Amino acid sequence: MTRIITYAAAVNEALSIELERDPSVFLLGEDIGVQGGMFTVTTGLYQKFGAERVMDTPIAEAGFVGLAIGAAVAGMRPVVEVMFVDFMLVAADQVLNQATKLRFMSGGQLTVPLTIRTHQGIAAGGSGPQHSQSMESIFATIPGLAIAMPFTPADAKGLLATAIRSDEPTLVMEHKGLYFSKGEVPEGEYLVPFGKAAVLRAGTDITLIGFSRSLEWCLAAAEELDQEHQISAEVIDVRMIVPLDVQTLAESVSRTGRAMVVQEASKTASMCGDIASTLTEQCWSDLKAPIRRLAGLNMPVPYARTLEDQWRPSVADIVSLTLETLEQSPAAGRR
Amino acid sequence: MQTTTADPQAENKLLDSLYTMWLIRASQERCEQLFRDAKVRGAMHLYSGQEAVAVGTCNALNESDRLLFTYRGHGWALARGMPPEAMFGELFGRESGCSHGRGGSKHMSDWSRGIFPSNAIVAANLPIANGIALAAVRKKESRVVVTAFGEGATNQGVMHEALAQAVIWNLPVIFACENNLYAEVTPAHEMRPTAEVVDLASGAGIETAVCDGMDVAAVEATVGPLVDRARRGEGPAFVELKTYRFRGHMTGDFKTYRSEDEIAEWKKRDPLIVLSDRLRESGVTEERIVATQRRAEFAVKDAEEAAWNSPEPAPESMYEYTSSWAEPKR
Repeated sequence: MTRIITYAAAVNEALSIELERDPSVFLLGEDIGVQGGMFTVTTGLYQKFGAERVMDTPIAEAGFVGLAIGAAVAGMRPVVEVMFVDFMLVAADQVLNQATKLRFMSGGQLTVPLTIRTHQGIAAGGSGPQHSQSMESIFATIPGLAIAMPFTPADAKGLLATAIRSDEPTLVMEHKGLYFSKGEVPEGEYLVPFGKAAVLRAGTDITLIGFSRSLEWCLAAAEELDQEHQISAEVIDVRMIVPLDVQTLAESVSRTGRAMVVQEASKTASMCGDIASTLTEQCWSDLKAPIRRLAGLNMPVPYARTLEDQWRPSVADIVSLTLETLEQSPAAGRR
Repeated sequence: MQTTTADPQAENKLLDSLYTMWLIRASQERCEQLFRDAKVRGAMHLYSGQEAVAVGTCNALNESDRLLFTYRGHGWALARGMPPEAMFGELFGRESGCSHGRGGSKHMSDWSRGIFPSNAIVAANLPIANGIALAAVRKKESRVVVTAFGEGATNQGVMHEALAQAVIWNLPVIFACENNLYAEVTPAHEMRPTAEVVDLASGAGIETAVCDGMDVAAVEATVGPLVDRARRGEGPAFVELKTYRFRGHMTGDFKTYRSEDEIAEWKKRDPLIVLSDRLRESGVTEERIVATQRRAEFAVKDAEEAAWNSPEPAPESMYEYTSSWAEPKR
């Protein structure tokens, strides 16, 4: 049975179910207890499971992420919330130097069944340069973390539940602009396997590849391309950037011969380039045009509306870059 | 006629400590030589001079307790019972090493003895120790967690976060600060806003203690009650152990930052001399003291040989112990 609920409620449901089924699971983070979290994600969990299972922490990210790592090593399954991705950098040593290396450094003696939840991106707008960033590439470049970037409410639930049951450290990067989006979500226990991309819309002329909120723009662009320009765009949700489902992406790109990777984060040294070059290597003989990258600007996210609106890629950007790509290599079967 | 009434049990315990301290000293001096002869890879951070700290602290622990320490960790590993061949194996990059040759000198681990992989980031273990302690409390296990670190680590913000959280959640953690006077090669007091190291901790409202880290009995006598207190659920403690590093920050450092006179002065209080004198005073014969030293030296020699004779990791084991998401190809 599914029903339509918000992304925030889907995350809440996964947390509640995992807390219920496994006594070693506990949550910790800033304002997640009585308050229920900045975006209502943990609403009611403190009241249901108590202060030992849903722990409020001091504003000391390195301290409480480190504590979660220690608890994970010692047999618990902590789910730590880092309130904004920007604060992840305060805990970067613990995440990147510690959690990612303990199993290896100990020659396999330790495991780190740790889940870190954070959210990123521009939401309603106006959060300014230090509360609007997207940082997945920073955490992907150091080996050792699985990184989930759910777009749909169902994935927000299912990928998180899989992360909590994983014996390895996982970073779940939610998007604060998606928390109140709605979608069909299965009731009860629901797991989404790691490393499987999902085709959100089938198409034949170009593959639009996105993750997290960029799919909202990709889907809108695909609709516009179909309605206004008779172009058939396939839209694929990467879902996880580590491990990356190259097979599903390559199969689609080989078929359409064209691709664009769309992300909210700034372009330099980021996932869009990594995905584009991987697909270029895999699909070279089938490509009809260069794989395009569409990303946030290489500058801080501004506050003012007139400026912030220009910062991230828009539906119009996806449409016009698609048209440009199609002009370079006209589609044979274009309607 | 013998003037002291010796307690044979206490005497044997002190001889055991002497043995372990010699095991550490002999292994560390051998490491210095191996580095000079270019027989080991990378630099090493030696423990000579600080033996009483690790041995005295470990004497105060139960088997179920957990221990975290840093890259200056060979002494801690041996004090906690790691076989010396597992330590040498790691230094030589052998599959038989305590971390299967994946970590090296800075990363000694043996979780079966409660030894968390030693950390090359000076204060990073402190919050992790809190988490290990929290898990023990939640699972109702009787475990105390000791995290040892140098005085240089007290300058990192995360130490202060960890002390505060240990107090807030009343965790059974002993923060053992080994003050060897130098943060790498900078005199620590020049980089400290307070007169004493322990003053940095007291603001967190944590129980504190200071002790002579050159005297193994004094270390155990100070740390022991703090461990017992933590085990009873009465909270964490911060203990400063005043000691001295006889070798450099790492093998090959230039040693221009401290005088030969200073080193000579501290060597008069060599923890091995302090303990041997104590044993003599309590009537232990010179013969037994010397035999203990020789036994440790032979154990080091045998361990080194065993480690050299064990195989290096097979090239095809490259991806062992990596993340499931690591791609086993270039």
